[in-house]
Amino acid sequence: MDAPAAVHAQGIVKRFGPTLALDGVRLTVRPGESHALVGRNGAGKSTLVSVLTGLHRPDAGTVTFHGEPAPAPGDRAAWQAEVACVYQKSMVVPDLTVAENLFLNRFDQHRSLVRWGRLRSRARELLAEYGVEVDPQRRAKDLTVEQRQFVEIARALSFGARLIILDEPTAQLDASGIQRLFTRLRELQRQGVAFLFISHHLQEVYDLCTTVTVYRDARHVLTAPVADVAKRELVAAMTGDSPAERASRHAAGAAVPGAAETVLRAERLCLDGQFDPIDLTVRRGEVLGVAGATASGNTALGETLAGLRKPTAGRITVRGRTVRPGSVPHALDAGIGYVPEDRQRQGLVLNRSVAENATLTVADQLGPWGTVLPSRTRAFAQRVITSLDIKTSGPDQPVNALSGGNQQKVVIARALAREPHCLVAIRPTAGVDVKSKEALLGVVRGVAQEGRAAVIVSDELDDLRVCDRVLALFHGRVVAEFDRGWTDQALVAAMEGVTEQRRHAASEGGGQ
Amino acid sequence: MTDTTRQLAADAPPGRGSGGATGRGPRLDLTRLRDLSLVPVILVLCVIGFIVSPAFLTTDNLVGVVQQSTELSLLVLAEALILISGRMDLSLESTIGVAPVIAMWLVLPAHGGRFNGLGLLPGWTSVPVCLLVGVAIGAVNGFLILKLRVNGFIATLGMLTMLRGLQVGISQGQSIVTVPASFSYLGAAAWLGVPAAVWICLVLFALGGCALAWLRHGRALYAIGGNPEAARAAGIRVDRVTWAILCLGSGLAAFAGVLYTGHYGSVSATQGNGWIFQVFAAAVIGGISLNGGRGTLFGALTGVLTLQLVVNVMTLGGVPPLWNQFLNGAIIIVALVISRFASGEKQE
Repeated sequence: MDAPAAVHAQGIVKRFGPTLALDGVRLTVRPGESHALVGRNGAGKSTLVSVLTGLHRPDAGTVTFHGEPAPAPGDRAAWQAEVACVYQKSMVVPDLTVAENLFLNRFDQHRSLVRWGRLRSRARELLAEYGVEVDPQRRAKDLTVEQRQFVEIARALSFGARLIILDEPTAQLDASGIQRLFTRLRELQRQGVAFLFISHHLQEVYDLCTTVTVYRDARHVLTAPVADVAKRELVAAMTGDSPAERASRHAAGAAVPGAAETVLRAERLCLDGQFDPIDLTVRRGEVLGVAGATASGNTALGETLAGLRKPTAGRITVRGRTVRPGSVPHALDAGIGYVPEDRQRQGLVLNRSVAENATLTVADQLGPWGTVLPSRTRAFAQRVITSLDIKTSGPDQPVNALSGGNQQKVVIARALAREPHCLVAIRPTAGVDVKSKEALLGVVRGVAQEGRAAVIVSDELDDLRVCDRVLALFHGRVVAEFDRGWTDQALVAAMEGVTEQRRHAASEGGGQ
Repeated sequence: MTDTTRQLAADAPPGRGSGGATGRGPRLDLTRLRDLSLVPVILVLCVIGFIVSPAFLTTDNLVGVVQQSTELSLLVLAEALILISGRMDLSLESTIGVAPVIAMWLVLPAHGGRFNGLGLLPGWTSVPVCLLVGVAIGAVNGFLILKLRVNGFIATLGMLTMLRGLQVGISQGQSIVTVPASFSYLGAAAWLGVPAAVWICLVLFALGGCALAWLRHGRALYAIGGNPEAARAAGIRVDRVTWAILCLGSGLAAFAGVLYTGHYGSVSATQGNGWIFQVFAAAVIGGISLNGGRGTLFGALTGVLTLQLVVNVMTLGGVPPLWNQFLNGAIIIVALVISRFASGEKQE
């Protein structure tokens, strides 16, 4: 406790427009410490990382490294000498060798010619110093994820940084890879390197870290030694406690009779590398939630149901009819409406109008003989705008001029345009404001109330709260199933891979 | 992490979506105006032409300009369709030459003429065969780009060179001067005092424009070019439609070859050579986005007319022909810069 902290951040405030991304948070990482930062999506972890690595300038608050004030914004070299972040996404140049990546843009201070022999030997020394067994002449793209991370860590250390931020480093590693990574990190810790470890997997926090900090909704909630916090408390800190308010939402949906007709059924559906064989059924009037963290396979499952990905095995049926696998047009015809994960990338043709985007799936119904009559398009769009309350200057407005929530309404409108039997929505409220969120979820709920069905694939508790049943996926497997009345803690624990809570609510709620 | 999406949403200027009545009128007018942005340019060129030479505003001259535009404009029509769907095809300029040559090769008798064909097919089949060759070339391009997933720019550049070589090989590098009457009819005939080619071009542009405006698959082109992933998620058969449009584009180029051959009475050995530059220039000046998903055929047509009028006015103005190439390039660059700032959008 005597040495100054590797990093100390105090009272950090960061705003993005009207959104408060960080609200006076603090964080202290001591030299040689392994510090976990946990929190749900939107808690402010990424923003804090940006602030700590000098990519964003905080609106208020101070950051110090080893007792010294943080370098000036924009002085990249000075920042690099203090702190480095190993992101999930690779930050190496894939076609250059390991040696070049290590010394990118600092081959040699005083010469313009690259002396390859010297570069390679320096790289070999550097890698040996940190015990990384990688040939410096190999190309970065040929490395395994694990080796690539080691190279990035070595590069960061060679700049003089003694604080490494690891953003979900284990997401793409298998169990033995994780063990090797942790062994290496512990060795470096003994050399005085501090780590800030960001992970969705709480078990790893307990395995590796000594201290944990929890953020929730842009605020600091808790900092404590890991040994003093039980998993249950940690999950509670991440989700917050307001069970009474949460439970009331569930009452909104009417109970689904167990005998209701099955609308969508998947049998032994699997996709190699994404999820193991999964059975699921969605009945009339039901909203099924498929919960799971980033790499759990829940998104892939949703995309497979919609026909965007071709399953390795298994079968999808809609009201008893088998759907041709891996074909969006057939899935549409069978009655599966689809709201894609990322509306900018997969949902909308941004430079085209609201009307065009809303009618993309029903272009065959807007006129005879393959024609699309502008009058009918506009009328259709006008109906949608009115019924979903889309804030736009009119059907002809380009969709990229709309706010996020209204764009998402256009995507949902399009999915509903063909009056699907079952709506499959992936993260339908991502990046929209609270009011739009409620409206959007209300629309999904309404689909079920009309006697159709819906599947919501998401990791947002607010999305899952409107569901009648929730399957929790972890590493491609269904680890828990919840009926209505689940608690946030139980579901989050299941999504984070804390499996002791298995079928928690199902047993409490008395089954189906 | 999803924090970034939140930030993005938050970064958007507040109140844009809730703007209600603001901007409706101006926004609509702007999108329409962009298509018409070259019309004043064309009018100015006409005024300059009239000042430069009294011969400009004669029927003969204007009809001549329009007829010279026909073959180029068909290539622009084809390229515009392909660009709107987010692809590009450089080989069109070779298709305009090689398709007629292959048709002649199959149709012309094996003995007697300066150019000896195979004589496999009767003379009346020459036009359909030529079009089929064009469609086949488009199909090969589609196979390379969509099935083998090779880079479209390089693939069609290779096709451009290869097809040009094929034409030289088959025709022995010479022009084919004896063509069947049915083949040369369309390019040479005049209907109602105006070359048939002009009527045909106008009809094809009108048909294309209508298809883009009112046909389901026409609308799909904009969606595919604007965001192929979204189009796929919405159930559009992206690859199938793109393949069809590549075939249609090459078919149009072959048809341009028919008109060109009829117009000049022979299949020239250099038919279409170097045109692809003008094709792209006309399309871009006419407001077609090289990134796909944006532009209209009317805009493309005005792009062609602008380029042709500039050349015509310069010729009438007595600019030495040796300077034509320089001025042509310079004018394209000036037009690009003007249209870039007129539309306010980057052309990347």
